[in-house]
Amino acid sequence: MTATPRVLMDAGKMDRTLARMAAEIRERESDTLAVVGIRTRGVHLAARLRDKLQRIDDRQVDFGILDINLYRDDLSMVADHPVLRKTEISFPVSGRRLVLVDDVLYTGRTIRAALDALTDLGRPTAIQLAVLVDRGLREVPIQPDFIGMAVPTQADQHVRVLVREEDGVDRVELGERVLPKREKP
Amino acid sequence: MADLSDRHLLGIEGLASEEITLILDTAESMVEIGQREIKKVPTLRGKTVVNFFYEPSTRTRSSFEIAEKRLSADIVNFSASGSSVSKGETLLDTARTLEAMEPNFIVIRHGASGAARFLADRCRASIINAGDGMHEHPTQALLDAFTMRRHKKKLAGLNVAIVGDITHSRVARSNAYLLTTMGARVTFCGPATMIPPHVECLGARVESRMEKALEGVDVIMMLRIQRERQSRLALPSLREYTRLYGLDRRRLNLAHPEALIMHPGPINRGVEIADDVADDPRSVILEQVANGVAIRMAVLYLLARNWDAHEAA
Repeated sequence: MTATPRVLMDAGKMDRTLARMAAEIRERESDTLAVVGIRTRGVHLAARLRDKLQRIDDRQVDFGILDINLYRDDLSMVADHPVLRKTEISFPVSGRRLVLVDDVLYTGRTIRAALDALTDLGRPTAIQLAVLVDRGLREVPIQPDFIGMAVPTQADQHVRVLVREEDGVDRVELGERVLPKREKP
Repeated sequence: MADLSDRHLLGIEGLASEEITLILDTAESMVEIGQREIKKVPTLRGKTVVNFFYEPSTRTRSSFEIAEKRLSADIVNFSASGSSVSKGETLLDTARTLEAMEPNFIVIRHGASGAARFLADRCRASIINAGDGMHEHPTQALLDAFTMRRHKKKLAGLNVAIVGDITHSRVARSNAYLLTTMGARVTFCGPATMIPPHVECLGARVESRMEKALEGVDVIMMLRIQRERQSRLALPSLREYTRLYGLDRRRLNLAHPEALIMHPGPINRGVEIADDVADDPRSVILEQVANGVAIRMAVLYLLARNWDAHEAA
């Protein structure tokens, strides 16, 4: 075991951060905006961003859920396979400005897979990326458009985003050792 | 549980209920891909599947083929007629030949019970049993269960009657294993000559009178009478079979009013199932076919994850 993880964000800070990100997302063109969360925790963050965006404008923002498991390039390497779940995007993505939401941006491989998955569904006019934590250490050339917090990290550290819907609490932690795989590819 | 315990799918016997649930849940996600404009995901890109069909089969083979294509696998089809098999090659030599091509999966349909196990013991590839003799046809039972679950919400507690030639039916066997594992009650029904000895070890009840077997059941599964093998059939005549064990409107009315009518196909209208019953709104025979693709995608995907894990280890 390792030392207690350092708390990077508590519930209050997480909420303020998401509010700021929603405002930034809103500043760009918004007529065709839709928010898409990557399973599992990206979905909850995306839902909160959607709620905040709807409050800013007082109008409906389309929302979708993406499961990228069928698009991974590491079917082999992950020890702990998640259960495959449905992609639920009920609106046509063509012609939309999609904001893709995930909890942690690390190697960039999840996002690469997500881009493949989205383009199989149609041709969005733009895809932008919003992440709560950018921890660096990219393995593919992918950069976020909206960042909650940037934290330089080492590969042997781990960043965990806890959300109340899944974990009972809103918090971001930085720990000293990789826990049983939660980091995305 | 998020993984299957084996790298092959040889039968339902031995699968835990969690594994069956995992396959059915994964298939739910695969249905969504079939509804997209581009019905293809890159999951099995660069993987090779050999479809190795010793017995004639149209629906199972094409269903596997569509599933493989939707997952972007490379496919080689190999059938008994017009191949080395008809030139007298043994199964073992054919297996070695296939193995030399380094496929990731071999989907095998064979007339001999145990053929899939035979390959699994000798090949590095993941073996999927697409029907072996009188033994098992696991993907058929899985797609049947998937169809039942989609209509009835859960399998536990369902009363299922399976009617026909139980002795020669791998579909009946796989279904009995699966349904009893999931907590459903299975009743086999057919002439005494078509019920195998020691059938109770499959966990099913036996009823020789069809009227009794159908009483209040939630699902009626009719098996095909294999007319092409009539010489081997333990039947005095087809007409007598239809009179005693054919599913007609009158018998259908004995089942639960919302009972599902199922059949693995191809159906013999007027033999085991009456014309109007086959077309009844409660008949889900075509849905079974559609669901077969999602189930086979799920099995390929889950085995591929295992296959890769074994490679990495």
